[in-house]
Amino acid sequence: MPPAVDALIANRESATQHRWRNLPGLSFFPPLTLLLLLGPVLAGLFGTLLPAFGYLPALGSNEPSLLPWRQLFTAPGLCYSVWLSFSTGLLATAVSLAVVIGFCAGWHGTRLFARLQRLLSPLLAVPHVTVAFGLAFLLTPSGWIMRLLSPWATDFARPPDLITIQDPYGLSLVLSLVVKEIPFLLLMTLAALNQVDAARIRTVARTLGYGPITAWLKAVLPSVYPQLRLPIFAVLAYSASVVDVALVMGPTTPPPLAVQLLRWFNDPDLNLRFVASAGALLQLLLVAGVISLWCALEQLVKWLGLGWIRRGRRAQQDRGFRYSAAVLLLSCSALTIIGLIGMGVWSLADFWRYPDALPASFSLSNWQRHSEDLIQPIWNTVATALSAALIALVLTLGCLEHEAHFGRRPSNRALWLLYLPLLVPQVAFLFGAQILLVVTDMDGLWLALLWSHLVFVLPYVFLSLSDPYRAWDERYGRTALCLGASPLRVWLTIKLPMLFRPILIALAVGFAVSVGQYLPTLFAGGGRFPTLTTEAVALSTGGDRRVIGVYALLQMLAPFVMFSLALLLPSWLFRHRRGLQVSQ
Amino acid sequence: MSALELCHISLKLGQNSLIDSLSLTVPAGEITAVMGESGSGKSTLLAYLCGTLAPAFQADGRVLVGTRDVTELPPEQRQIGILFQDDLLFPHLSVGDNLAFALKATVRDRAERRQCVEQALDDAGLSGFAKRDPATLSGGQRARVSVMRTLLSEPQVLLLDEPFSKLDASNRRQFRQFVFDHARERRLPTLMVTHDPKDAVAAGGPVVDLALILHQRSAETLENVSQ
Repeated sequence: MPPAVDALIANRESATQHRWRNLPGLSFFPPLTLLLLLGPVLAGLFGTLLPAFGYLPALGSNEPSLLPWRQLFTAPGLCYSVWLSFSTGLLATAVSLAVVIGFCAGWHGTRLFARLQRLLSPLLAVPHVTVAFGLAFLLTPSGWIMRLLSPWATDFARPPDLITIQDPYGLSLVLSLVVKEIPFLLLMTLAALNQVDAARIRTVARTLGYGPITAWLKAVLPSVYPQLRLPIFAVLAYSASVVDVALVMGPTTPPPLAVQLLRWFNDPDLNLRFVASAGALLQLLLVAGVISLWCALEQLVKWLGLGWIRRGRRAQQDRGFRYSAAVLLLSCSALTIIGLIGMGVWSLADFWRYPDALPASFSLSNWQRHSEDLIQPIWNTVATALSAALIALVLTLGCLEHEAHFGRRPSNRALWLLYLPLLVPQVAFLFGAQILLVVTDMDGLWLALLWSHLVFVLPYVFLSLSDPYRAWDERYGRTALCLGASPLRVWLTIKLPMLFRPILIALAVGFAVSVGQYLPTLFAGGGRFPTLTTEAVALSTGGDRRVIGVYALLQMLAPFVMFSLALLLPSWLFRHRRGLQVSQ
Repeated sequence: MSALELCHISLKLGQNSLIDSLSLTVPAGEITAVMGESGSGKSTLLAYLCGTLAPAFQADGRVLVGTRDVTELPPEQRQIGILFQDDLLFPHLSVGDNLAFALKATVRDRAERRQCVEQALDDAGLSGFAKRDPATLSGGQRARVSVMRTLLSEPQVLLLDEPFSKLDASNRRQFRQFVFDHARERRLPTLMVTHDPKDAVAAGGPVVDLALILHQRSAETLENVSQ
């Protein structure tokens, strides 16, 4: 029936035309976002690849060679550095995942779970390195724990000569990664749990005679885990290539690979840049290796787990397991929170003799003394974080609305692209990006800094906003359209206000991610834009806890202010609208 | 008001034909009920009529309001109002603002706009509710506000997507009467989708059974083939 086909085509074209006319430019958002997201990563990797094989005309080297690799492999301590990165990354991820799964299996749906969730959510906003500072304050020989035990239990009148942090095996590094990744993985698991009918699946398994934990592990976990894979890979990649936390908590001679690379890259001997580039590629391979090993372990666990499920053991007595999971999770949370409080105390401490548990007196003198030095870093931090988060938000809104308009959900593969900046180790492409920026005379521009932050902010803003945005009841929009409102008006006056809360939260998430960025700020900013994070890390080698306390507290405060605004502003604006209040 | 006319409307989702060449005229002031089991494409038909059909569907046919062909128009230009089973009052706007959202921008004068909103509330028996938060109203009250909101946008056609199915029995009869009275008073051609035969009886108009149409069609094809 040719006329019908004609009509069909006409219909479709006209439908497309209306959409184009009404919300112009919507189709540009997905490609633009991908370009801004992946452009720097791919360009950066390329910029690392060339010098790794001896090609960097700016340093007068035009001949491709394998010399950088030979130098890299003969560098003292390299093997140990690689092993450190590998083992700390794998161990930190495995331990934090085990604690999270154990706790979810034992406590999901209980009041304790709900309370801890509320307690741990704000910790997500605290930058990694801030948590590391807090832990360091607790664990050092002169830290809070030792002070509380001295002298009555330990007889120490002065700080003992013990290695508690920066131990050669990287265990303190693992600990600080674990306490920080637990809230992240817990909230990710929770989001995944909301998508499967976890409570009823578990009830079915329990009525079949399985103990609560066994029921959860055998019936719920298999359907939840696939959604956790990407976040887990991001944690693996991060832990195996982290720089700032490793500078504070990691071993120093030799340090983990990423820290060693930073040293080479900052070395006055420019020839070491070639070695650093080769090392950056090695870091990329290392992360790929860790992730591959994890995939292999997944298969092993799957095989063992299937056997376990088939044998049908009910394991009804699991109280011990339940309580140990809770104790582990609670102590990790307690370590984080007490550490953060400790920093606050240090920043207000006047005079604090060694075994005293508290300072002799408190004052604001630390804050006053550094108030002038603080202005520039605060300004840089806030301006960059706010701009990056806002740009990311606009791009995300464009992409999500494009998706809603054309009814196409991004495939799983697209989600991988979104995660790419979180899976590729930062050092691997930031080196190259820095080289490209120098070559194009763009290094040290604020725009370059902003762009590098955007790469890391965008995925988190997207991940935070996409679920609530997709869950919005499209019939509100249809109703408004049928009342005669234009698509733009519907979007501005109905959809955005109704999604105001998740939008602000996504903005706050982006803000927090930007505040925590260390390496991108250092590289793309060319050292010209000190932020709270770069200053705090730089100060950490000096060991003046009062100053570090001041910076770290501000580092924590900035995201907190944003999150508070994101929660309070909609509540206040919609205080007379019960339909928009969060049901507790 | 003029009639709503559906000419040879077919809706498909991939290979799956939901509606095949449906033709139907709803005269002004008449309420036609469309019956059918869930999944028979009733709601899809309404989405097609008001122009919000998801891109995954393939559609064919024409929709006329009087002599005006609205098939190609975007939803906001069709002047076809729709009521869903949920009231879908915008939760961030007050009751009065929900109504004002529907009011044409051509009513410029502020006092006049307020007057229109007050009048609509009076008609719904909700005088003085303008400043109220929609979430504080009862289900029946919200449903009536929702009707008034649709009517304020001055539609030429009214579509009802099982609008009574979520109300309890006593509310239901009253509200049904309320909607039908307003639709008849404005002489709106009204198409109601429902799976409750009582709704269809109360509407007092013709009843179209989507399942029956499909059966008839296949019977005809069989006859054609055997001939």
